[in-house]
Amino acid sequence: MSGFQTDHSRARGLGAAKHGASHWIGERVGAIALAPLSLWAVYAGIGLGRADYGTAVAWVGNPLNAVLLFLLLVTSFWHMHAGMRVIVEDYIHKTFSKVALLVLNLFVCVLAGGLGVFALLKVAFSGGAF
Amino acid sequence: MAGAPERPLSPHLQVWRWHVTMASSIFHRATGVALYVGALIAAGWAVALASGPLSYNAYMNFLGNPLGKLVMFGLTVSIFFHLANGVRHLIWDAGKGFDLKLADATAVAAFVFSIVAAVFIWVIGYMTGAL
Repeated sequence: MSGFQTDHSRARGLGAAKHGASHWIGERVGAIALAPLSLWAVYAGIGLGRADYGTAVAWVGNPLNAVLLFLLLVTSFWHMHAGMRVIVEDYIHKTFSKVALLVLNLFVCVLAGGLGVFALLKVAFSGGAF
Repeated sequence: MAGAPERPLSPHLQVWRWHVTMASSIFHRATGVALYVGALIAAGWAVALASGPLSYNAYMNFLGNPLGKLVMFGLTVSIFFHLANGVRHLIWDAGKGFDLKLADATAVAAFVFSIVAAVFIWVIGYMTGAL
């Protein structure tokens, strides 16, 4: 029997989610990071609204802009994956549809995040398309 | 599921009295989904920039037409609302701010802030020729 187990070890993994609060905490830590980053994103968006190609390339070439945009992209895709996951878990109850949408959400976030970050680094390091 | 008992469904949207805290909760999800699309647009911007001047100009023309500007304005409202309402959520996570009148007031504040801040940003943007 489980007489030697602690209460904690018996309870571990029994919840509906099969794991602890890491997903919940990760979403909040992402949110805290995004508070200043999203304000910076608005500021950056104003600066880039009418930027021509050369101006935009030079803007990305600035290390501060490149790093903040990198952090904005990574944290956004992290946080939006967590948020969309909760929406799917709340509203989609058929197992196959739910799993398919959760996997799709993960793949979209990783693919778009990967493309965005790689493109950003390419421009930052090479100074454009060439 | 075969043999599963018929269980009562929880009351849905139409039976609740419309309330500002309910609206802010729904809007938090809606703006979150909008910003999901916004992040895809931002990643697309980086890819277009890395692909050269032709694709960059095409992408900026696409975002700069009236429909694109409407989308960008909607995203500006979404950023400010999701930010303000996200701060409310973080305060609730700390166990504070649940008093009913305070929760109502902060919900109204989140709505007012998001509209005012977005309009302010776009007016400034137009006046300085930046947007």
